[in-house]
Amino acid sequence: MLEVTSLSKSFDGFKAVNNASLSVKEGEVVAVIGPNGAGKTTLFNLITGVLKPESGKVVFKGEDITGLPPYQVCRRGISRSFQVVNVFPKLSVFENVQVSVLSRQKRTWNLFTPSAKLAIAETDRILGDVGLMEIRDGTSAALSHGERKVLEIAIALGGNPEFLILDEPTAGMSPEETTRCIDLIKQLKEKLGITILFCEHDMEIVFSISDRIMVMVRGSTIIEGTCDDVRCCQEVQDAYLGGSDACLT
Amino acid sequence: MNSSVFRRKLPWVIAALVVLLCFPLFLDRFYVYLTAIILLTGLCATSLNFVLGYGGVFQFHHAVFYGVGAYGTALMITKSGLSPWLGFIVGPVAAAIVGLVIGVICIRLSKLYFGMLQISLGSLVWAIVYRWYSFTGGDDGIHGVPLPDIISSSNGSYYFTLIVTAVSMFILYRMIKSPFGSALQGIRDNPVRSEMIGVNAKLQQLLALSIAGFFGGVAGSLFVVVDNTVFPDMMFWTLSLELIIMCLLGGWLSYLGPMVGAAVIVLLRTYVSGITGYWALVLGVIMMAVIFFLPNGVLGYLDRFVKKKVRNK
Repeated sequence: MLEVTSLSKSFDGFKAVNNASLSVKEGEVVAVIGPNGAGKTTLFNLITGVLKPESGKVVFKGEDITGLPPYQVCRRGISRSFQVVNVFPKLSVFENVQVSVLSRQKRTWNLFTPSAKLAIAETDRILGDVGLMEIRDGTSAALSHGERKVLEIAIALGGNPEFLILDEPTAGMSPEETTRCIDLIKQLKEKLGITILFCEHDMEIVFSISDRIMVMVRGSTIIEGTCDDVRCCQEVQDAYLGGSDACLT
Repeated sequence: MNSSVFRRKLPWVIAALVVLLCFPLFLDRFYVYLTAIILLTGLCATSLNFVLGYGGVFQFHHAVFYGVGAYGTALMITKSGLSPWLGFIVGPVAAAIVGLVIGVICIRLSKLYFGMLQISLGSLVWAIVYRWYSFTGGDDGIHGVPLPDIISSSNGSYYFTLIVTAVSMFILYRMIKSPFGSALQGIRDNPVRSEMIGVNAKLQQLLALSIAGFFGGVAGSLFVVVDNTVFPDMMFWTLSLELIIMCLLGGWLSYLGPMVGAAVIVLLRTYVSGITGYWALVLGVIMMAVIFFLPNGVLGYLDRFVKKKVRNK
């Protein structure tokens, strides 16, 4: 479904992403792991058009989407949530998700119908799915960190995506919130059939929900394979278990 | 939820309109004139706030569109020989086009840089108007613009201003509450995220800039009706600054905030400048107090105050 080949991007000479490759098949849950600063978020930014790659190719459902602006990428069926909470702080929880639904329905050029009459059922359904219905009318600035992370995902779901990119969905969550979040991700895959690409530091989560794993170190893909492949890979152990200096220099 | 809020406010809006409609019956001509000026200045500030408060665009030189609207109307009436009513369409449309052109050039920049470039381009428009004696009358402006009989009297111009302002304010309100408005507020809050949910942020903002320009132009046309004159100072950058202050003073997150701000500033300018030439000093002190004590503006403060009362009950 998504095919990333030898993608590169550097900032002031520093190669943040260097020859990264990745492929995701329809219906899969794929994890990207790697130490801090490995370039996971940059990779997501390159795929979604927030940044333009210097070289390489991103193909989604057979169509080359390399370097398209984010709104074009989104309209092709890719949604994402962000690592640092990235919601609309002055809008209510409901409005946060509603604006995303309205955008997908291509209604943002409608100047005269009141928003309050549009997309209500669908927005409420999404809020119900992710469990935010109780705080529907609160402002998003007043939410707890965990709730805001869930709202992140809800906004992404407003686009009714076929392909969902989650950037550290459980970072900073309490254990209970984490459990609920993982259940949510599983549901998205099983009930809605959404293909998911995510990155995460918690290995337990990674191994419990992903079908395949891609490991990034210093901007490059070092292995892409099943959980067992990755567990046994020497390079991965080096990168994670302190032997990294010896291994990489 | 929103429609019920609107319904609750509706009686107040109607009451205010009725009071305003009755003004000429018991007020002096001067006060009627002053009210008309407040209304059209308020409309201009509200149109600025459409992009500043709701769109998050740093529109630093909004007075240009006010001026272009006024000159468009005045020139159309004095030079074209066509029906004067046409001038009231040409002015705002011209302002919308100028808004679009300046917008296209500036939109590639963001925040402060947008504002700086806009001030320069706007000043360019001002300079052209100021120098082009043969067409615009230069720094003399255009005086004694002949108007259709029905709106040339003091009361006629007042009612025309009131009706046009009310209708424009209603249209702008509907736009803010529309999906277009929702997307615009989303862009204000978070441009990156907006693009990521499929909104073409720049295009959306460009349309907003033309709409703001259009209604700024409407306010300019109304000034021609009320004052019969146009002059280059109408699009000088200091007026733009005043318009921004109106938004901040009244509360740029409440819809009627800029209107309240306009009322405060027009009244200050009228009365304090009669006492001292340093009226801007008084304004400066008030502005500082507002920033310190009422960061959400006068209406923003009242809004919160009322909500707190309701919650305590």
